[in-house]
Amino acid sequence: MMIPFNPADLIAIQPELVLLGATCAILLIDLFIKPSQRDITHWLSIATLALTSYLVWRGAPELSSGVTAFNGMLLHDGISVVLKQFILLTSGLSLFYARNYMRERSLLVGELYLLVLFATLGMMLLVSAGSLITVYLGLELLALSSYALVAMNRDSASSAEAAIKYFVLGALASGLLLYGMSMIYGATGSLDLATITGKFGQVEHPGWLAFGLVFLVCGIAFKVGAAPFHMWLPDVYHGAPTAVTVFIGSAPKIAAFGLAYRLLEGGLGPLSGQWTLMLAILAVASLAVGNVLAIAQSNLKRMLAYSTISHVGFMLLGFVGGTPAGYSAAMFYIISYTMTATVAFGMIALLARKGFECEEIDDFKGLNQRSPWYAAIMGIAMFSLAGVPPLFGFFAKLLVLKAAIDAGFLWLAIVAIVFAIIGIYYYLRVVKVMYFDAAAEETALPLPSDVALRWVISINGLALIVLGLAWGPLFDWCNRAFGV
Amino acid sequence: MTFELICFWVFASVAALAALTVISVKNPVVAALSLVLTFFSMACVWLLAQAEFLAVALVLVYVGAVMVLFLFVVMMLDVDFSVVREGFVRFLPVGVLVAAVMLTEMLMMIGVRSLKTPVTEDPAVLAGMSNMEWLGQTLFRDFLLPFEIAALILTVGLIAAVTLTLRKRTGTKVQRPGLQVMVKREDRLRVIKMDAVGKGEVGP
Repeated sequence: MMIPFNPADLIAIQPELVLLGATCAILLIDLFIKPSQRDITHWLSIATLALTSYLVWRGAPELSSGVTAFNGMLLHDGISVVLKQFILLTSGLSLFYARNYMRERSLLVGELYLLVLFATLGMMLLVSAGSLITVYLGLELLALSSYALVAMNRDSASSAEAAIKYFVLGALASGLLLYGMSMIYGATGSLDLATITGKFGQVEHPGWLAFGLVFLVCGIAFKVGAAPFHMWLPDVYHGAPTAVTVFIGSAPKIAAFGLAYRLLEGGLGPLSGQWTLMLAILAVASLAVGNVLAIAQSNLKRMLAYSTISHVGFMLLGFVGGTPAGYSAAMFYIISYTMTATVAFGMIALLARKGFECEEIDDFKGLNQRSPWYAAIMGIAMFSLAGVPPLFGFFAKLLVLKAAIDAGFLWLAIVAIVFAIIGIYYYLRVVKVMYFDAAAEETALPLPSDVALRWVISINGLALIVLGLAWGPLFDWCNRAFGV
Repeated sequence: MTFELICFWVFASVAALAALTVISVKNPVVAALSLVLTFFSMACVWLLAQAEFLAVALVLVYVGAVMVLFLFVVMMLDVDFSVVREGFVRFLPVGVLVAAVMLTEMLMMIGVRSLKTPVTEDPAVLAGMSNMEWLGQTLFRDFLLPFEIAALILTVGLIAAVTLTLRKRTGTKVQRPGLQVMVKREDRLRVIKMDAVGKGEVGP
């Protein structure tokens, strides 16, 4: 076990090191600038994310087979490259969507950027974790930053409530995960995921592994927000400032996919016969709870939170087969979901004004008369979430359904289609409200002063059409990552 | 019965009794002190298991720092613990039942027999070095990366704490030593001329 420190390991974690170094630099720079110059922090953070993304991309070609660093603590392979790219992209998008919203509420502090950057770092470590301990630490780095982000609006009682709920349930989920990990460590005597898989045949007490597996699945379900462990999700999405909801509703979902993949397939792959069934039950519960309860919501943020639960159910469809093709479909699905969710949450942040949150569905009444362009973008996002062809969300749904049918879970695919059709109702209700209801006020929509925000959300919305029409390259990339 | 086994039974039973005291006494200060005794006895048990570093760390960190802070809090906050403890006896049967069910489940799952032998051999003994040396090697070489990530988590905790608590309210009372030092006599003391009080105004 005693392997001396290998300097080549530092090259393997170069993107993470650069991100960390730049974050520390931003931490110091932010102390010396005036609140009116916060744009410096903003653009520095965006530049940091872009640079990290470039470094991940540059390191990618030679990683086609995957390398390990730090005694197998970190694992760089095609999967981690794809996941990291989209984590960095959606984190950057949420920073764009956050600036205007937070500034209007005097919440635009440097810590917002620092916490997002630290959370991004945690997610990057999480998706390339090769050991139980790196999985846990990456997850905690992400979670701790997220709790603080949710609590950022200190004068809002609902923010505080959301943060406390998030913190307590998040700690409970971490406890469940750790308990499961301790059982697996007890059974195999190793923290290394590859070693755990390798030792599977010669485990003295297979019962411990199964015991640990149940706790791991519960912990993962808590973190991804799958029913019946979804209680925290609507309250947190609703209570957090919308700008923060954009962030915690997007990039961490991609990281949660990485968490589930690394632990279940990477560590407990030989037990897939047992966990696929657990995930199938979670998927059905999430689809049912998410889609049915979303219908009853009048608050758009809560509705989108319940829709997240149902999308997590869809993502889990890709896992039930336990095959690389299925994981690839699941990864494509979660990328498609986060790209769409950033537009939907970002639009709420864009339309909100000081003293007007624009988070009720009724607030979108007659948006088409007031601003046809933003109504169209929001409409695209809603159609994509509903899975209407030819948008991004449609092909993602098609691919996970195909993966579930290929895995022999035809009943699950039928259940998913039924609930997807139920789900179309509440997405289309938003479209109906925007296009066919009369606006409360007839004046044209006051546009946000932030030009970058307007451009970024437009490009993000149009990307949903482009990626829907040309989904092949992205899906090929996902397939290549899993070696399909 | 060897000397080590006798020591183990003594320390283990002291730890168990002290733990029981923590949850059963009325006085919160006594409870906190009993917790210190529990930690101390456990440190002794760990010493017997040749985990010297963990034992020392437990005494230094928990007994020395955390529990002292906790005692301060208990003494300063003046919480009415009789309210907190209300229903202790009433819910005791339920608590005992849950505890018994969980204990049975764990014993069935893990198996009492497997408890007799440790899962793995002591790696420090296998490597032929002292516990402390082995721990250092493991922590700072094999687990270097997790150790650094843990440091990052602490940094985030610090940033989060500052973000959530530091605020400039109007009317808060703060000391500014710089201004205090620069203060002049004229800022604080005003000499005013007054007419002397006349004799006639003094009472008869």
